[in-house]
Order: sequence, then C-alpha cells, then structure tokens
Amino acid sequence: MMEKMIFGRYLPLESPIHQLDPRAKLLFTFGFVVVVFLANNVVTYATLAAFTLMLVYLSKINLRFLLSGLRPVIWLIAFTFLLHIFLTREGDVLVKVGFLEIYEGGLRQGVFISLRFLLLILVTSLLTLTTSPISITDGLETLLQPFKKLKLPVHELALMMSISLRFIPTLMDETDKIIKAQAARGADFSSGPIKERVKAVVPLLIPLFVSAFKRAEELAIAMEARGYRGGEGRTKYRLLHWRWKDTVAVCLLLLLAVVLWRLRS
Amino acid sequence: MDIQLQEVEYRYAAGTPFERLALKDVSFTIPEGRFVAIIGHTGSGKSTIIQHLNALLRPTKGKVVIGGRVVSADKKEKNLKEIRKKVGIVFQFPEHQLFEETVEKDIMYGPMNFGVSEEEARDRARGLIEKVGLPDSVLEKSPFDLSGGQMRRVAIAGVLAMEPDVLVLDEPTAGLDPRGRKEIMDMFYALHKEKGLSTVLVTHSMEDAAFYADDMVVMHKGSVCMQGTPRELFSRPEELASYGLSVPEVIRFQQKFEELSGMKLARPCLTIEELAEELSRLRDWGGGS
Repeated sequence: MMEKMIFGRYLPLESPIHQLDPRAKLLFTFGFVVVVFLANNVVTYATLAAFTLMLVYLSKINLRFLLSGLRPVIWLIAFTFLLHIFLTREGDVLVKVGFLEIYEGGLRQGVFISLRFLLLILVTSLLTLTTSPISITDGLETLLQPFKKLKLPVHELALMMSISLRFIPTLMDETDKIIKAQAARGADFSSGPIKERVKAVVPLLIPLFVSAFKRAEELAIAMEARGYRGGEGRTKYRLLHWRWKDTVAVCLLLLLAVVLWRLRS
Repeated sequence: MDIQLQEVEYRYAAGTPFERLALKDVSFTIPEGRFVAIIGHTGSGKSTIIQHLNALLRPTKGKVVIGGRVVSADKKEKNLKEIRKKVGIVFQFPEHQLFEETVEKDIMYGPMNFGVSEEEARDRARGLIEKVGLPDSVLEKSPFDLSGGQMRRVAIAGVLAMEPDVLVLDEPTAGLDPRGRKEIMDMFYALHKEKGLSTVLVTHSMEDAAFYADDMVVMHKGSVCMQGTPRELFSRPEELASYGLSVPEVIRFQQKFEELSGMKLARPCLTIEELAEELSRLRDWGGGS
C-alpha cells in the first residue's frame, strides 16, 4: 500500500538532472511554480507541458512510474476539474443536461487548471525524486543563509527538515508493520461503516505516536552523546559546487518565462 | 489444519523501480500439530514467508493453501478474517502493537475482533496472564507502564487469546534476557504439546531450532535451500555454513570431540543431555573392554 507513494522519495539514477546542484534545482522549482501561472492559452500550456516532458525525459525517470505516483492526488485534480466545468459560465453553452450547463469557458478553465496542477506536482516530484533529502536540506540551508541576519534559525530549520525527511520511510515501515500486526489480530481497516473505520484507526495511531516519541528522545540523546551543539562553527562534510550546468538550468527557466510572457494572451 | 506453500513467489513494490524479489519458488508444508522452525540469515525472506501464512501478503505467483482456503495472486479473497482467526502471528517486537488503556483490554482486543463475547474474552485474558508468567494485578495497569519484557508477554497473551490453530512466532525472544527467553520458549512448547498447536518458529537461534523443532526449513536469498529434521540438517554443518549458518554449540563440541579423539558418536546430539548420554555410553564401552 505504502509502496506506491512516490512523493518525497528519492530515486538514485545517473542523469543530467540528478547531477545538478541542489540549489539550482530548488531555485528552478520555485521559479517554475511561479512561471506556471504565466500560461493562459493553448499555446502557452502546450509549451509548458512540452518543457515538463523534456525535464522528465532528461531525468531518466520512467514516465509511467511518475504518473502512477500521481494516483493519490488524482481525486483532487478531478474535483477541481468538475468544479470549474460546472461553475464557470463563460462563452457558449456546449452541453445542457437538465439544470447542468457546461460552457466552453468552463471546459477550457477546467482543463487548464487541472493541467496546471498536474505540471506543478510533476515538477516538484521530479525535484525530490532526483535529489537526495540530504542535498535538498543542504541546498535550502545555503539558500536561506541571508535570512540569518533576520534572526531566522536557518541551521535548526534545515536540521529539522532533514530529520523529518529522514524519518518518513522509517515511519512508513512502522505504519505498515503495525497495520499488519493489528490486522493479524482481526482489525479491519477497509470495510464496515465509517464510524467503525475511524475507530479501527486508534489501534494504529497510538502505537505509532508512542514509538515516534520514543524515537525522538533516543535521537536527541544520541546527538547529545556525540557532542552536537547547534550550527555555530560547524563545517560541512559535503560541499556544494555550482557549475556552468546549473547556470544553464536557471537560464533555461528564465528563457521559458520570457517565451511564455510573449505567447500569453 | 495444514498450511501448504506451493511455488510461492513474492515481489515487493511490483511494477515500480523499487521492485524487489523477496521470495522465489518457495514450497513447503506445515503439517497439523508439528513444530516447524524456519531459519536463515537476515534478509533471507523469513519474515516475508510468515506474512503469507495468514494472508497478510498475497503471493505474486504460486499459491498458499491454508486449511483448504486457497490464497493466490489472481484471486481476490474475501473474508480473510476467518483465516486470521485460525493463524495467530506473534511479530518481531510485538510490544509495539499494544495500544489499549489497560492490559486486560489489550488482550481482549483480538478475540473481540473475531466475535468472541466480552465475558469470554475477559475470561481468556485472566487465564492467559498467568500463563505468560505475569501476576493478576497487571491486568488493570496501562501496558505503557510495564517493562519491555512484561510488555512482550502481554502482547503474546494478546495473540494467544485468539486461540488460533496455528501459532506463528517471529523471533519471539529477541532482546530478552536469557531467563526470560527460556521461560517464554518453554511456554510456547508446552502449549504446542498440550493442545497439539501447530507452531512455526522463525529464529536465529540454532539452539532453539535444535531443541524444539520437529522440522526445519532453511532459507537463503528468498528460496528454501534445505528441509528436514534438525538431526538431519545439523549433520550437514558444511552445507549450513555455506548459507551463513552455524550449528548448535553441542554439535560443534561433538564435531571437535570426534575430530580430536578419532571416535564417532552414534548420532548427532541436539541437546546437552543427549551428548552426555552418548559420551557416557562411549566411556562404558571403553572401560568394559
């Protein structure tokens, strides 16, 4: 069940995208999130989609695998689509069934917004799939460095992030184990009325919380035992290198933004 | 109730880049009333196998027959509860599955899920708490106030309370002190003898396998590589060593003895008592001539 989730997972492969500096990839992704909103007609959306597909191709990640990982959010996308298709009243009426009217503008909005959603999720998944959690945190920590002047605890934030990322798979495994242990004792998580199903979650949540707290304490003790005392004066084992490829990646995004700006209506 | 595995294959995360073959062509039978030990190196697929014994996992190929019910890849089985009622699994570190406010309620959770009445479940809890070696007073406590070893015993009682026909134990004594280990294993063995409970024991301890098991299954890299009685298998120490497994200390002693003395004992001895018996017989012969 948990095996199908791809969000937040890292897939170690050798590709031009994997080799980019995490800072470049982070900037690129943040930039892309903004740039996506520039598209507002067929040509611009087609350009965006083509650009995203090119990224997927470069990352050497199987497109089908990537799409199968979208399954958890497909309902959200479908819901937005339906909302737009029924509630936007622009242009000509295309279909009329009873009180439901579908307008041309609604259809167009529905498709565009869903596509926007899809592309955003694809590109952000691509970031986590091609960048190890440690690199992401390293990248974020360096990018956020300027905010230290504003008393933002950058190192602590990065540490918190890397710890949470580190423990996602552990917690997933643990959840899986406890689900199985309770299922073996006759718990039923997938059938029965809603009320029963909510109740069935209790035997799952309590052990999970207990072990998460225990683990947090053990981790804290282990860190103290090894003399951890915050980011002050701490040097890095892994140094980040900004290469010309990284500049190219960021420029590519700028180029995309300019193209979209030109083509949008 | 027999459990048969027939050419079982299992792949984790089938169809994704994370796909991993965990079991390959595994076939063996757990006959009713037998004590079967599954041994193997870490990562050899032992834990994956036992999840097939009560249909927590469905094989990606082949089938598992559990008391007449067939679980296979293409058939979506309904009413798995029936199977799970008959096959109780004590997972590794079962104390992690405790969640109720009191020990008593936690022990009652399993049976009540399987439709046992509240009074009956309470009776079972009261009966079992002594069986697992804890005082009655524990029943009213929160399981989280107990020590690790006590929690383990409560969790075991929680599985026993389901009164399964087959009991599956995944390293039930890992992390316990030697005395606790022996007490718990002896309790399982007594249950097995008293009620004719089929028992499957997954273990790293060759001593436990030698001492308790009728049959042994040796796993290596997801396949069954040796099968037989402990006496048969432990008389092939070289083969076991090639799978990263050792033989019990008693047998190592016997080997060393035979190597140094040039004499041969009549049979491979599985326990210290057997060894002592054989050695004294040898001495009698030696002294008599």
